[in-house]
Amino acid sequence: MLADRDRIFTNLYGYQDWRLKAAQARGDWDNTKALIARGQDAIIEEVKASGLRGRGGAGFPTGMKWSFMPKESKDGRPSFLVINADESEPGSCKDREIIRHDPHKLIEGALIAGFAMRARAAYIYIRGEYIREAETLFAAVAEAYDAGLLGKNAAGSGYDFDVFVHRGAGAYICGEETAMIESLEGKKGQPRLKPPFPAGAGLYGCPTTVNNVESIAVVPTILRRGGAWFASFGRENNKGTKLFQISGHVDKPCVVEEAMSIPFRELIEKHAGGIRGGWDNLLAVIPGGSSVPLVPAEQIMDCPMDFDGLRELGSGLGTAAVIVMDKSTDIVRAISRISYFYKHESCGQCTPCREGTGWMWRVMERLRTGDADVSEIDVLQQVTKQVEGHTICALGDAAAWPIQGLIRHFRPELERRIAEREDAMQVAAE
Amino acid sequence: MPKVTVDGQEIEVPHGATVLQACELAGKEIPRFCYHERLSIAGNCRMCLVEVKPGPPKPQASCALPAADGQEIRTDSDMVRTAREGVMEFLLINHPLDCPICDQGGECDLQDQAIAYGRGASRYEENKRAVTEKYMGPLVKTIMTRCIHCTRCVRFSEEVAGVDEIGALYRGEDMQITTYLEHAAKHELSANVIDLCPVGALTSRPYAYEARPWELSKTLSIDVSDAMGANIRVDSRGGAVLRVLPRINDDVNEEWISDKARYQVDGLALRRLDKVWLRKKGRLQQASWDEAFTAIAKAKAGSSVAAVAGDLVDCETMFAAKALLAALGSDLLESRQTGMSYPTDSLALVNFNSTFAGIEEADAILIVGSHVRWEAPLLNARLRKAVKRGAKVFIVGPHWETTFPAEFLGEDAGVLHKLPGHVGEVMSKAERPAVIVGGGGLVAGALHPALALAQAWNAGFNVLHFSAARMGALMLGFAQKGGIADMVNAKPKLLLSLGADEVDYSAFGDALKVYIGHHGDKGAHAADVILPASAYTEKPGTYVNTEGRVQLADKAVFAPGDAREDWTILRALADALGVNVGFDSFTELRAAMAAAVPALGREGLADYGPLPKADAKAKAAGAIVYPIKDFYLTNPIARASHTMQRCSAELLHGEDFAEAAE
Repeated sequence: MLADRDRIFTNLYGYQDWRLKAAQARGDWDNTKALIARGQDAIIEEVKASGLRGRGGAGFPTGMKWSFMPKESKDGRPSFLVINADESEPGSCKDREIIRHDPHKLIEGALIAGFAMRARAAYIYIRGEYIREAETLFAAVAEAYDAGLLGKNAAGSGYDFDVFVHRGAGAYICGEETAMIESLEGKKGQPRLKPPFPAGAGLYGCPTTVNNVESIAVVPTILRRGGAWFASFGRENNKGTKLFQISGHVDKPCVVEEAMSIPFRELIEKHAGGIRGGWDNLLAVIPGGSSVPLVPAEQIMDCPMDFDGLRELGSGLGTAAVIVMDKSTDIVRAISRISYFYKHESCGQCTPCREGTGWMWRVMERLRTGDADVSEIDVLQQVTKQVEGHTICALGDAAAWPIQGLIRHFRPELERRIAEREDAMQVAAE
Repeated sequence: MPKVTVDGQEIEVPHGATVLQACELAGKEIPRFCYHERLSIAGNCRMCLVEVKPGPPKPQASCALPAADGQEIRTDSDMVRTAREGVMEFLLINHPLDCPICDQGGECDLQDQAIAYGRGASRYEENKRAVTEKYMGPLVKTIMTRCIHCTRCVRFSEEVAGVDEIGALYRGEDMQITTYLEHAAKHELSANVIDLCPVGALTSRPYAYEARPWELSKTLSIDVSDAMGANIRVDSRGGAVLRVLPRINDDVNEEWISDKARYQVDGLALRRLDKVWLRKKGRLQQASWDEAFTAIAKAKAGSSVAAVAGDLVDCETMFAAKALLAALGSDLLESRQTGMSYPTDSLALVNFNSTFAGIEEADAILIVGSHVRWEAPLLNARLRKAVKRGAKVFIVGPHWETTFPAEFLGEDAGVLHKLPGHVGEVMSKAERPAVIVGGGGLVAGALHPALALAQAWNAGFNVLHFSAARMGALMLGFAQKGGIADMVNAKPKLLLSLGADEVDYSAFGDALKVYIGHHGDKGAHAADVILPASAYTEKPGTYVNTEGRVQLADKAVFAPGDAREDWTILRALADALGVNVGFDSFTELRAAMAAAVPALGREGLADYGPLPKADAKAKAAGAIVYPIKDFYLTNPIARASHTMQRCSAELLHGEDFAEAAE
């Protein structure tokens, strides 16, 4: 279990004030000038050494991502940092806690990360539904400006840096990095084709890096305590601490900071008070937010909660939004509801996702009641394969994976429902 | 140049080429819906997926992927085939089974590609999606349930037309393409989205349910609605021209035509002159050809004869008239109907010398007295391209709604002599500046002052004419020194009007006015004798566009009733007047014309020699007035066309047309 002294987010539960003064008392903005004085390359090296992988779901090494940014502007274009606070994945709620209780960690991180990638400014794109959180963030940014921590000569470092907060309008797809850039530019939120990647041509055609809130917020602490400290947690290639968001059928749902690679059983027992009705009552877990395939109980119980451990189970860590489902769950209905979500949130730009998400949801709804033929399970499986990997962005994959997980692990349940309905129809006919 | 392998075949592709282009170079067909050479890459239909190594182990959209050295591309693997089948299945699940009643049937990309790349049967058991009807104006008929969301129309109106009027609403499977507030798309190239639409979502409203593509005979022709000489294909059945489509010609019209070129053709069947008419006791009465010719001979005009050419006539007609007048001993020829009298001793002086393709490269452009959007919509699209590449545009003349950023310098042509400092600076510092003088500028005497500026800046000098016949007429000498006033002063006894409908005939007093034309418009009203002739679709002909490009058109249909090809009328008239014009067949006529003006015998750009030195004393003065008052009603065919009348009423004058209940 992570010791209290090793926690990065010391005000995660809002027991203390979020404002600048209290944040400084917790150690934020402590001699930020000195951190910046280490220079861009040293900061990126330190982040690389920490083994930090992006916390937004894909798990791309953060330090490496920053190193893709141009070292100097050859044509006068500025660089930008975009911080993804459009936390819309069902099950995820970590960025929200950071923003409303510890916003200065994010803002200080923005300055340091922005400096490291030679960005002119950071745009924080916050989810539209996060109204109070946006208010807090606006106020915190204003505080930072008033205290001279942002703007000209930010934090006395000699570096000019601005932070802008932009409120989204509630579209899930705007959490995709290029759709977010489109939305920031005032256009309809639709993912762009890659290449060009944002590091080459992103926001307003300028080099841009898009990072998750958590990835940015942990950076100041990593620099203060050293990459080696951060890398001391978790297994090889899965380093650091992570905010887990445990929801569903546990006794005490919570958001908690834990070391990576903590076994699932320990995570639930220590922080969430155990499974409702005991471990025998566990049916399945969606370990990383709605877009990753579910994992049945017996496989996940002792699995280390990290990128590689969950990938071995055919799932993923995603944002570490752990959705626990006990045996009272109608698992088909649960996945069907997720399918509806993706059908609703598909941007409609490219064909497989636009047409496929609706098809998949409609078949799922019929499978829920058993109003289908057994062969349709195979058709559904093929349709998910036709969507996966054929789309512009990853929403197509995200829509396909939960269904693939369901068919992989719960096909007998689907067939049982179809047979049951057929029998009932038979009885009714007689 | 990168070397790639396509299905085992190694080829070199140009820098910047995409994988799709590489595959095409290798002779492989790549199915596509959203990709279009002249629009930006959207990559959203996912039909062009191919397998590319090195790369992720999934199919890649070839339209958006740059070809790189050493790529191994497969277009025939199992992965590619299943990917195409999958995308095709998705496109079809919500596409209605409308083919039997769809106007796109027979020329539908979705139909063709479904056969070539589809699975053959649907596994979709759910209900299909339906989309509410959208209104896109009098030209574009919409059945949006058929839409496959390729966004070609959206990209066309944004990028080429330059008006943000078409866009997508909602998202996911509820996404709908529509115009802003469901108003008609108000620009001059709007109907090109019909050609771009790969399915039957956007079809031609006037052509709705008229014919199937395989019933039509297709004739290559040249458009006469403006002086661009757009290359068109005339689709006809029996004696009727049913529609006009653009042909691809990168030098002239790229792949577009204006709405007028496309839709004025219903006017070809209306208000036609299909009988000979003779004015007796002040009233026009039907007559025979003999009566008409006798009446003309009876005028005993001798050499006191003049000919004025209209805006739509071909060079052969004009040459036949010129030959007739020469045989009679007259050279009173004019084509500038409204009285313009700019010098024509050097044709380079009144030619669009930069060429249409060349103007795209210009980096600073001064337009003097031209409403380009109305006078040459296709050139306007080129100017927009130039501006997108960074060109600055200045316009002298009354304000019009440009589709690109431009600075208006004032309405008075006199501003040419005292240009604001920054204009001179931009123009003189530009690497490839250009000056364009329009009809309004010519009237205000801006020709030489503009040329003086162009020569000072070392700029390309261009005159933008509006009439399809103009350059051909000038090459054939249809110009008097003082313009049509000279002709009035000569008081001819016999006036031949070759479809001239903009002339003030009252100035010609008692002259016997013979109208040889195809529409009962202004010219026919003033005529004493009407000889029914052929419209541009009803005769072969040579046309010269405003950049001096000689182009040939073929005959698509026969002229209605008693109407004849123009040259045969003039040839018969020569007999009636007892003179010899030296040709008895169309081939002989063309040969004689090529002998007289060799440039007219060769397709392509005519060489008009070097530009003369500007006349430093010439002064431009007076407020510029654009010649076109109504884009949709500029010629007798368009004025007869119901479609053009409705466009004018609805799009320019804001009249509402309630849709008839269906």
